[in-house]
Amino acid sequence: MELANPAPGSPSAAPDDGADLALVPLRHPWRWLSAAVVLLLLVLVLSSLARNPNLDIGTVGEYLFSEPVLSGVRATIWLTVVAMILGVLGAVFVAVMRLSANPVLSTVAWGFTWFFRATPLLVQIIFWGFLGALYQRITISIPFTDWTLIDAPTSSVITPITASILALTFNEAAYAAEIVRAGIVSVDRGQQEAAAALGLTSSQTMRTVVLPQAMRVIIPPMGNETITMLKSTSLTAVVGGVELLSTVQSIYNQNFKVMPLLTVAALWYLALVSVLSLGQYFLERRYGRGDQPTAKTPGALQRWVVGVRGGKP
Amino acid sequence: MSADGSGAQPKVRAIRVRKSFGPHEVLQGIDLEVQNGQVAVLMGPSGSGKSTFLRCINHLEQINGGQLWVDGELVGYRRAGRKLHELKPREVATQRRSIGMVFQRFNLFPHMTALGNVMHAPVLTKGESKDEVRARAQTLLERVGLSDRMDVYPGQLSGGQQQRVAIARALAMQPTLMLFDEPTSALDPELVGEVLEVMRGLAEDGMSMIVVTHEVGFAREVADVAYFMDDGAVVESGPPQDLFGNPQHDRTRAFLSKVL
Repeated sequence: MELANPAPGSPSAAPDDGADLALVPLRHPWRWLSAAVVLLLLVLVLSSLARNPNLDIGTVGEYLFSEPVLSGVRATIWLTVVAMILGVLGAVFVAVMRLSANPVLSTVAWGFTWFFRATPLLVQIIFWGFLGALYQRITISIPFTDWTLIDAPTSSVITPITASILALTFNEAAYAAEIVRAGIVSVDRGQQEAAAALGLTSSQTMRTVVLPQAMRVIIPPMGNETITMLKSTSLTAVVGGVELLSTVQSIYNQNFKVMPLLTVAALWYLALVSVLSLGQYFLERRYGRGDQPTAKTPGALQRWVVGVRGGKP
Repeated sequence: MSADGSGAQPKVRAIRVRKSFGPHEVLQGIDLEVQNGQVAVLMGPSGSGKSTFLRCINHLEQINGGQLWVDGELVGYRRAGRKLHELKPREVATQRRSIGMVFQRFNLFPHMTALGNVMHAPVLTKGESKDEVRARAQTLLERVGLSDRMDVYPGQLSGGQQQRVAIARALAMQPTLMLFDEPTSALDPELVGEVLEVMRGLAEDGMSMIVVTHEVGFAREVADVAYFMDDGAVVESGPPQDLFGNPQHDRTRAFLSKVL
């Protein structure tokens, strides 16, 4: 900056031209005060919990890595993975139906989504669990012939586990179908035209051009869906599953240590969801390839991850 | 596909091609003939239907009347007696494989590298070996002057570079006809030249080309025949020297006075 020649008419340049004066930042006393209040409340809650004998940290530690709890954790992971895979496959199918030029297919796909999104998941789980009350036997035969493929009492086919998988899969397919559809629609029309002009068939275009690009839009909400799914598996406890919450419930039904065992379950859910959040971050990075970065302002977790890996944000 | 280079058969032949979007008739009977190895330029104000006509040639748009042949083969239809039956999507896709197209907005696949873009369609649709296609793709990218940018994603390329990749991508299918839909209209002025240079080289190598463009200089120099279109019809056509040097119609003169 040129200070030697002040513009004519400006206040005359005093010998003290302000270059060496100390800058005093604005004070924020309310920030300090509000922080102190919040911290105080937090300490009160935590110390009250720590001193509460009913929480019983010792019992929490005793059960946290016990074999029944670990098998419940495994079942929760397994149920999440299976229901997510089947649900997403179903979702792609429903989304493509929904975008089809065939009005019957697209209306049926719309109806499917409407039905499974407009009824509570808990109701759906109970419904599948008690399917035997609707159909005593499950019989699949070829129409107009005597051939029978399956004929069994419903209770032997619809176990609590199959009921849980069916309920979670159908519900997930309905939610994820909307996400997949939004992803497909988000891909520029020009991409399909370019693929068509090169002689790709519509299924080749969908598989190799549209869906890979739609992934960028689909992955972030799908991460949320997986996290929701992991927690939703606990709802299947109402039909008596084998997953984490059911396992914990069956333990505290015997020893009545309800709070410590619910704490065990909560700690596991926290840990599993944290791992999934981390996985979601890496998936987003991968599908942002070849384009502007998707994660524009990294959150605390992301900065932490990048820091741990020694990369630059 | 029937005999190429017999000379008798035009590369592209259009007779009274009509196309409507709803009640609006955007092509009102287009006649056009392009011979093997010729370069035809379509010019005209925006909305005159030239891009729509170009997109009819590879059946990206369906025509509503008239007939359109490439290499003596009806585009998008099969004739049976007095009826034209629409082809199945798979058959249309097969027809398109010998017709390359370059778009105004490039439409490169952003999730693939430059090389990946060029290799994708031949590997997928022609069942050629990856190594064979890679060698050809590398040669093509060298030819458009991008041998050092092969492993780069489109987002990191300039507009001119992207359009040159798009040309290489179309050429990788070894087409016998290239369609260019305003290939330089989305480019910064200083990048136009590099794309036109590639197109000039293609024309010199004897590629049959139909180019929708506003580049009069390019048209004069490279085209064998020029068409001026307005309101969905061909106003006049002829050798570019005549069309640009001595236009017969007021409409053509008015348009040229603005773009020249």
